[in-house]
Amino acid sequence: MSTQQGTSPAAVTATTEGQFEPKIIAFCCNWCSYAGADLAGVSRLQMPTNFLVLRAMCSARVDPEFVLRAFAKGADGVLVLGCHPADCHYIGGNYRTRRRIALLKMLLEQYGLDPDRLHLEWVSASEGVKFQSTIKDFTEKIREMGPNPLKEAEEESARVKGESHH
Amino acid sequence: MAKVKIAQYWGAGCGGCDVALLDIDEKILGLAEIADIAFWPIAVDAKLKDVEAMPDKSITLTLYNGAVRNSENEHVAKLLRQKSAIMVSFGSCACFGGIPGLANVTNKKDLQDYVYNKTFTSVNPQHTIPQPKWDGPEGELELPVMYDTVLTLEDVVDVDYFMPGCPPTTDQINEFLGIVTKHLTEGAPLPPKGAVLASQKTLCDECGRTKEVTTIDKINMPYEIAIDPKKCMLEQGVICLGPATRAGCGAKCLEANQPCRGCMGPTAAVLDQGGSMLSALASIFRTADNETQLTEDEILELMTQIKDPLGTFYAFTMPKSIIKRKVKEKKAVKQ
Repeated sequence: MSTQQGTSPAAVTATTEGQFEPKIIAFCCNWCSYAGADLAGVSRLQMPTNFLVLRAMCSARVDPEFVLRAFAKGADGVLVLGCHPADCHYIGGNYRTRRRIALLKMLLEQYGLDPDRLHLEWVSASEGVKFQSTIKDFTEKIREMGPNPLKEAEEESARVKGESHH
Repeated sequence: MAKVKIAQYWGAGCGGCDVALLDIDEKILGLAEIADIAFWPIAVDAKLKDVEAMPDKSITLTLYNGAVRNSENEHVAKLLRQKSAIMVSFGSCACFGGIPGLANVTNKKDLQDYVYNKTFTSVNPQHTIPQPKWDGPEGELELPVMYDTVLTLEDVVDVDYFMPGCPPTTDQINEFLGIVTKHLTEGAPLPPKGAVLASQKTLCDECGRTKEVTTIDKINMPYEIAIDPKKCMLEQGVICLGPATRAGCGAKCLEANQPCRGCMGPTAAVLDQGGSMLSALASIFRTADNETQLTEDEILELMTQIKDPLGTFYAFTMPKSIIKRKVKEKKAVKQ
């Protein structure tokens, strides 16, 4: 039952002294959103570089565990991007995704995290502009929210535990 | 053969695990034949200083039950680890934090404030809260320091085996004691270190109910419907943690027409039992006829039928979950 959680993701952006730069993980489905991200790229659409794209075959492949692990590893925000309703390559994958994400937001809130740190958006292969605006808006929202409180909680619990030993 | 020594200790638990060991019926006599009890606070009188005087690794087997909630739990866990050859994390609380682990939705300060000041029956005009040290006329008195966060046994010591269950069943205990006995008498190999002494499959594999691969629209509380004892709980809209839970208990709750609450913890393939259950439960909701017209807010409304995702999906595993405890956003969360 060892908890092999793998290595930490590399820093997405360099943090300048004193200024909070959000780290954002964007899960993109292979068939729509990843192609949408690609289109945004080849169209040279400008957007903040605080995000890291992870490609999944379907937004429904994004296990809630992936999202929880992203937060536990220090992501300040997580985006899940998939095909529009009725457009799923696997017919109904995105219908499962939207139910899971809704429930996951409820769970995150109970854990004390702002549920808006997790965001679901439908981005098709032709929506490079929507990909850009989603990244822009979400990055700004997370910047306003501030750092993921789990990072501080970890330091705090290490400190408290250290104290109780003396 | 010289008699072996066993120890059992309870941390933050209810005592059910201690009773589970007594519950192995006449096999307890066989246990008494091969083993002496080195330390078992609930059953025999022994002091910590007796354990401290024992040579290292002289206790053959320690079954530690209960979560690690305070400095005493941690101290005894470390002491028993030092004195024991085999350390077993016994029961759901030791393995995953268990029910006491749900206290990780709050913290020490709020919890003590509630218990000593705010319950309907609290009369505490001076707001007295237990302190770890007190200087009295008799001298200095000490209490263990309560931790802010409930920990599992593995968080504080090296654990050899995990035996989940609330409490572990007689079959699980007997099987393991059989393995240990065979190891001691015939030199048979022990399971690999870190093994979970239960099944590698999910509970659904052990459950005898029939599944029709249907979907649901509504969550039912067990008291709201007459549960068909032959049909899958989830397909009747009753939240059952079977798909996200390790097998090995014999699906006893389901035999008694009660849904699984997940005491055996996550399956071998995942880290987070709650995440698996969330995924499974969300997937059995029916796709609406007007699905493409629904907004995400309407979907959220549908999912609010599940009243307490954290308490339901992590009833036994919050301290072992990926996020482990409740945190606080610096900026107020808008509702």
